Amino acid sequence: MPQTNVHVQNVNEIKSNVVPVWCPGCGDYGVLAAIYRACVIMDLDLKSTVIVSGIGCSGRLPIFTKCYGFHGVHGRVLPTATGVKLANPKLTVIAVGGDGDGLAIGGGHFPHAARRNVDITYIMMDNSVYGLTKGQGSPTTAPEFTLKALPYGVQEENLNPVALSLAYDVSYVARVFSGAIDQMTDLFVKAIQHKGFSFVHAISPCTAFNDTYKFYRERVVPIPAEHDVHNKKSALDLWQTKGKVYLGTFYEDNRLDMGTTFQKLSETVQSKGKGTMERLFDQFT
Amino acid sequence: MPNNLTIRVGGDTGTTTGVISTGEMLTFAMARSQYDVFTFRTNPAESKGGQAMYQVRMGNHPVLSQGTFLDILIAYDEECLKTHAKDLKSDGLLIYDTDTFVPDDSYQEQSYGVPLSTVAQTVSGTKKSKNLVALGVVTEILGLPLESVKTVVKEQFRHKPEKVVEGNIKSLESGRAWALKNNILKDFHVRPRELKTSKVVMSGNEAMAAGAVYSGCRYYAGYPITPASEILEFLQKELPKFDGVAIQTEDEIAAITSCIGASFAGVKAMTATSGPGFSLMLEALGLSSMTEIPIVIVDCQRGGPSTGLPTKTEQSDLMQAIFGGHGEAPRVVMAPANVKDCFFGIIKAFNIAEKYQIPVLFLSDQSLSQRTQTYTRPKLTNIEVWNRLKASGSHANGDYLRYQMTDTGVSPIAVPGESPSPYVATGLEHNEHGDPNYTPANHFRMTVKRHKKLENIAKESGFTRRFGDEQAKVGILSWGSTEGPIEEAIHKANQSGYEVAALQVKMLHPLPDEEIKHFLKSVQHVIVPELNFTGQLSQIIRSKYLIPTIRLNKCAGMPFTPEEILNKIEEVIIKN
Repeated sequence: MPQTNVHVQNVNEIKSNVVPVWCPGCGDYGVLAAIYRACVIMDLDLKSTVIVSGIGCSGRLPIFTKCYGFHGVHGRVLPTATGVKLANPKLTVIAVGGDGDGLAIGGGHFPHAARRNVDITYIMMDNSVYGLTKGQGSPTTAPEFTLKALPYGVQEENLNPVALSLAYDVSYVARVFSGAIDQMTDLFVKAIQHKGFSFVHAISPCTAFNDTYKFYRERVVPIPAEHDVHNKKSALDLWQTKGKVYLGTFYEDNRLDMGTTFQKLSETVQSKGKGTMERLFDQFT
Repeated sequence: MPNNLTIRVGGDTGTTTGVISTGEMLTFAMARSQYDVFTFRTNPAESKGGQAMYQVRMGNHPVLSQGTFLDILIAYDEECLKTHAKDLKSDGLLIYDTDTFVPDDSYQEQSYGVPLSTVAQTVSGTKKSKNLVALGVVTEILGLPLESVKTVVKEQFRHKPEKVVEGNIKSLESGRAWALKNNILKDFHVRPRELKTSKVVMSGNEAMAAGAVYSGCRYYAGYPITPASEILEFLQKELPKFDGVAIQTEDEIAAITSCIGASFAGVKAMTATSGPGFSLMLEALGLSSMTEIPIVIVDCQRGGPSTGLPTKTEQSDLMQAIFGGHGEAPRVVMAPANVKDCFFGIIKAFNIAEKYQIPVLFLSDQSLSQRTQTYTRPKLTNIEVWNRLKASGSHANGDYLRYQMTDTGVSPIAVPGESPSPYVATGLEHNEHGDPNYTPANHFRMTVKRHKKLENIAKESGFTRRFGDEQAKVGILSWGSTEGPIEEAIHKANQSGYEVAALQVKMLHPLPDEEIKHFLKSVQHVIVPELNFTGQLSQIIRSKYLIPTIRLNKCAGMPFTPEEILNKIEEVIIKN
């Protein structure tokens, strides 16, 4: 069968026939727009691009694109995306999911994705609320936020996705904001180009249940140009700076990704002979 | 000369090393000497400490069950003798370690004491090789050729230093010499088989893993769990040779979802687990069914519920396999009957999964997964492998119908990287395009589509095996690893003049309807033996075919013995 690649010239060609169902002003529109743009800038072949998503408002994202998509079960974005990429390393795999999906129900998968360093990009669309179920507190809801469904606020400390990813030793860590789509697009491109597990914390406010646009607009600042992205200690200092929310690339290293490790392993093992069923059975005679 | 013998080795794993390895080497030595073998083992759930036992039955004919009574018992300690004495035949032989204990006088006529530790220490400089002395004694008594045993020992210790291997061989030889010096009254040489064929000897888990490789499975993900872990270990070793990937995931949910991801990307994928892990996989099983992405899930059942009896066998996950999970998610449930069936059956599991784009569950159990059995080395040229029906042509403009309505319920599938017809697979109810759609008419239509596959799968051939007497009034309907003891019981029943028919059902959902109806019509009484408490298959047969069934349940963590089946046959025949 002749293999036709599917490239597009402008973002309108990536849009699917399904109209997004998000609320007006939702930060997820910004993330979607930046993904469209990144696909065009990188000239990605849509036939070889897979967007994997979890459950929640963000989970709908692949349906609004003409890429391959997989909208799975709640919290399992990372293992699903891992399976896709390890099965066919030639695919570009982007995983998207919310803060609840990735840090509550699916929180156990994040460190292991970091350990494996599979060449996928994980965009956590963080609105600090459970939007689809109408306003419950999420793992990133800060105690100072009060929500409609949560008049007394949350009683727990909020998790910081950037801090976690640095602690887990994720090989590319960046933060973006739906209020700054140009920068978001640039960093999505960098993250997708990174060979290994790249994590982008996308602050994507929920206008219906936890409108944090004003809160973040007052605090976001670009990471200073002099920051050395290979310096983990300096990256850790950045996220701890009180009163500021840094945007940009925090950290980056270039260790081997798991797909390459497996490829090398196969080469080593097969240098003594490729697998055949006859050889397999010989072990049992 | 007997046609078959049953030998058991036992001892405390805290004080004796090598209970299991003695059994394993003995098994391979028998297989190398052209005998058929069938093993059964129980490990303590802990990795050190507690009584372990390894039983092997050897024969010059296909061995169908682990056997009931012992011809030879090798007891490393007194506790072992206490535990297993009741199973030793009255003319059976006890081999024991005089360095550990001396049995009471009642064993005088038929016991054989060897100072295993002392002999080992003398010839090899370490007591550790006392199991090799024991292996020497028993292989001499059984008349297994020394060279065959030596080859097995060298293979077993191939990763150890030369000195250790030498010490082990010396221990083995001194055990053989010890046995030669002392006369054994009874003949323990099994008559050699007349026709020699090329055989393989492997465990159920290894056979399933081998079958998966043959089927073209190139992605495996699993989380360690007894008694399924050997599948993970074997495939981690083998798949890199075949350009495949096997990973150990952080849990069973990651295992199954990553398999679904891999299969979505066009690669055949499998995971294996036991009951507790299977429970965790149920949500994602529905995802596989809903998105129509084929996967194979092996459940090596163990005693439950909860953590239950991790190292013991049970057939108690059938209901979970057929009905487990939320919503109505069509899936296929199969069960292998023996080790050979583990190899051939799992190929069928992959074939059905691929042809119908549906999850297939393959229910083994501890006794089958961890047993070693011989079978004729498969001829690999004529075993069919089926692949999924792929979408052809370009549908980049968005007119590809991933879930197109067809007569069979199966729609051509587009594969990322190959087919320029991208679509989104979603666990939400969707229309033919794959777009989310919750309208009443669509939900019904798509539910019918997904279930339609089951009607055709039920008609696939080769999922029953009928044996026994054609004209019998008493029939046995069974599933999974109980087939062997049933077949042996039927042979014994024949010798007593009873006629019994049997139908082994290898696909439990959907049921191979025609064959089962035909069988039920042909007999007047149907016994359903199961290793569970509630009679799970029995309930299904009753509700589907509206017939009374006679249950035979064993809920003890142990397989059936042929005698237990035979007793039930006699009871039913005498009553009627």
